[in-house]
Amino acid sequence: MRNYNALGLIFPNMYDEAVRDCTAIRSMGSLPFGGRYRLIDFVLSNMVNAGITKVGVITKSNYQSLMDHLGSGKAWDLSRKHEGLYFLPPRSSDDAKYQGRISSLADVVAFLKRSKEELVILSDCHMVSSMDYRAMLKAHVESGADVTVACRRGVVPALADIPVLTLDAASRVTDMLIGRISEDEAVYGVGTYVMRKDWLLRTVTEAVARNLLHFERDILQRHLNEMHICGYEVPSLVMPIYSLESYFNANLALLDADIRAQLFPKSRPVYTKLRDCDPVQYGLHAQVTNSLVADGAHIDGIVTNCIVFRGVNISRDAVLENCVVMQDVTVGDHCKLGCIVADKNAVFRSGSRLQGSESYPVYIAKNAIV
Amino acid sequence: MFRKQECVAMLLAGGQGSRLYALTRRIAKPAVPFGGKYRIIDFPLSNCVNSGIETVGVLTQYQPLELNDYIGSGQPWDLDRMDAGVHVLPPYQRNKGADWYKGTANAIYQNIDFIQRYDPEYVLVLSGDHIYKMDYSDMLAQHKANNADCTIAVLDVPKEEASRFGILNTNPDGSIYEFDEKPAVPKSTLASMGIYIFTWEKLRKYLIADEEDTTSQNDFGKNLLPAMLNAGERMFAYRFEGYWKDVGTIDSLWEANMDLLNPKVPLDLSDPTWKIYSRNPGMPPQYLAPTAMVQNSSITEGCNIYGKVESSVIFAGVTVEEGAEIIDSILMPGTVVRRGAKVQYAILAENVEIDEGACVGESPEECTDLSRWGVAVVASGLRVGKGAFVSAQAMVEDNVADDEEVGAHA
Repeated sequence: MRNYNALGLIFPNMYDEAVRDCTAIRSMGSLPFGGRYRLIDFVLSNMVNAGITKVGVITKSNYQSLMDHLGSGKAWDLSRKHEGLYFLPPRSSDDAKYQGRISSLADVVAFLKRSKEELVILSDCHMVSSMDYRAMLKAHVESGADVTVACRRGVVPALADIPVLTLDAASRVTDMLIGRISEDEAVYGVGTYVMRKDWLLRTVTEAVARNLLHFERDILQRHLNEMHICGYEVPSLVMPIYSLESYFNANLALLDADIRAQLFPKSRPVYTKLRDCDPVQYGLHAQVTNSLVADGAHIDGIVTNCIVFRGVNISRDAVLENCVVMQDVTVGDHCKLGCIVADKNAVFRSGSRLQGSESYPVYIAKNAIV
Repeated sequence: MFRKQECVAMLLAGGQGSRLYALTRRIAKPAVPFGGKYRIIDFPLSNCVNSGIETVGVLTQYQPLELNDYIGSGQPWDLDRMDAGVHVLPPYQRNKGADWYKGTANAIYQNIDFIQRYDPEYVLVLSGDHIYKMDYSDMLAQHKANNADCTIAVLDVPKEEASRFGILNTNPDGSIYEFDEKPAVPKSTLASMGIYIFTWEKLRKYLIADEEDTTSQNDFGKNLLPAMLNAGERMFAYRFEGYWKDVGTIDSLWEANMDLLNPKVPLDLSDPTWKIYSRNPGMPPQYLAPTAMVQNSSITEGCNIYGKVESSVIFAGVTVEEGAEIIDSILMPGTVVRRGAKVQYAILAENVEIDEGACVGESPEECTDLSRWGVAVVASGLRVGKGAFVSAQAMVEDNVADDEEVGAHA
């Protein structure tokens, strides 16, 4: 049974520059997370779990790994005869044209016009969360707002364009500041919006005609008084990814059972591409504590406070502490690694020693050999 | 119209597996979980796909519900194909009455029409109770090279074990001259693996003849193969080298799981060129707590381990609480072992709950009388109460109350 007639639109390239090391070769949406996921999995699963069966993925650049990950959309049950997953890459390779959300949306006007859905839910991928989008859609319909902005109260993440909101008692946005960096607690937007599709089409067409590019600045902020913009405070956990350090910390936060329960609630599974790995093999010398380990890993070393992705190989007498070890990384014997983020396929030869610090983890690039 | 297929596989999955007792109470043997994230049927199905066989008929009869759900569209094995793929084939009613599958040969006989629509040259007959990785295309190549009518895969077994198997006696060229079912004094050590390739035209002829013979038990091993041999058809043995295990008994199922933990056993499930596919629940990665002690074990997604796990195979979504000990055991999906409980030399089926302080199974060292030692089994969905004791060789098929003691299975 469908509750709300909504279409999903995902922007996997938004904030690509925030974790520059990891996104040199991929989009934010395809950033690996939590042992077996990529950031887009959380957004896609939220949509699917809310009964949304049509999702457009609007990409800008660097989207090979994303296409490979999404495939036909089967893993999210989005390989459908009716609707399903739509990959929406840029119309032309003229980079200058793709500066913001508006120009990307202008590119998919035809897709939007063809869609029969009444509502649109837009989402970026840089906030890791299991959100009940149904509740947000409901709040949007009940408030009668033009736009509903998902938001969160807390220390504002250090992101270039993050909107900071002032809400009145009825949750109406009365003020919006963009790009104000501060260490104070405030209400900030988490990059998820709900609006009527016809409103979005009209607004985008008009903005393009006036050469306005920035959705938050040129549309929301500029028209705060004429439009009815509501904030929707997300009741569940939201983990912003805005730097290598925040990425590292958000991964390690999964070692807390309460955080895992909030991010992987039984009622809203997080779906991802399957890899058909064998189960994790722990050797005779393995000593693994307080760690999250994905299938296909073979571990014979000493691992503490780590996130170990699929297919990782950790040899005997290797010692890892506070590390995020991505898919298919090999750690040789007698290595000693602390506070490392090792990207896919990195190889640590026997006896390597590397130590980052908790506030400044060391990043090892994809395919690097240490 | 169906596209012609060179070889169609028929997988015999209708057997009850009565020697697995409590484990096959509600599921067919091929659906029994194996090796942490697989079911027995994943092995022949994956072998088919990896060997390039595109059409597989799965013959079901006993408790098919879970097996049907598991196979579904065949997508996990890449067998959801346009005009090939996996097909579940239960017995059905026809205009001249209805029959259960009377025997292995009769099951294929009843599906002659299914096979015929692919107009195959060859038919591969498999069973759903063996754990092995095998390239059937190599066996088919030998079948063709020999211009054979039937090729039977064989394993060279140790001489002292040969009398437990169906033994094939062969000429130097590999052709079979005699079947010897569980011989007291074996003449050879080539044991049949229950894997047959037939030239379809020949098989069809013998299936029809076998059906007409009212004295026949309609069984491949007992009737059809001897009939072919007696008629002088070209029958050859195909020597398989590698790991193969019949998991039809509690002990062999337990041993085969334990073999996965032994690096010397040549069954590599991590080989990317010959993956064993399975339908996965897609749970979050496993979590090992600061109190966890895990060694020499195989554990899969969705598990939460706070206690001690040693030399065990743990399936998806299992919880082992702090202070619980799991030793030399197999814990199937969704099982929970509470604080202070001890499980050793045991198989716990799906969604079992072992409550605080309970003991399930015994180690051989603890058993005063070794003749009554054996793996303890708890059937799916049961609860073993607080402080209860389940002895070695027990076969638990009902809930066990707090502090109750359950003895060995008769």
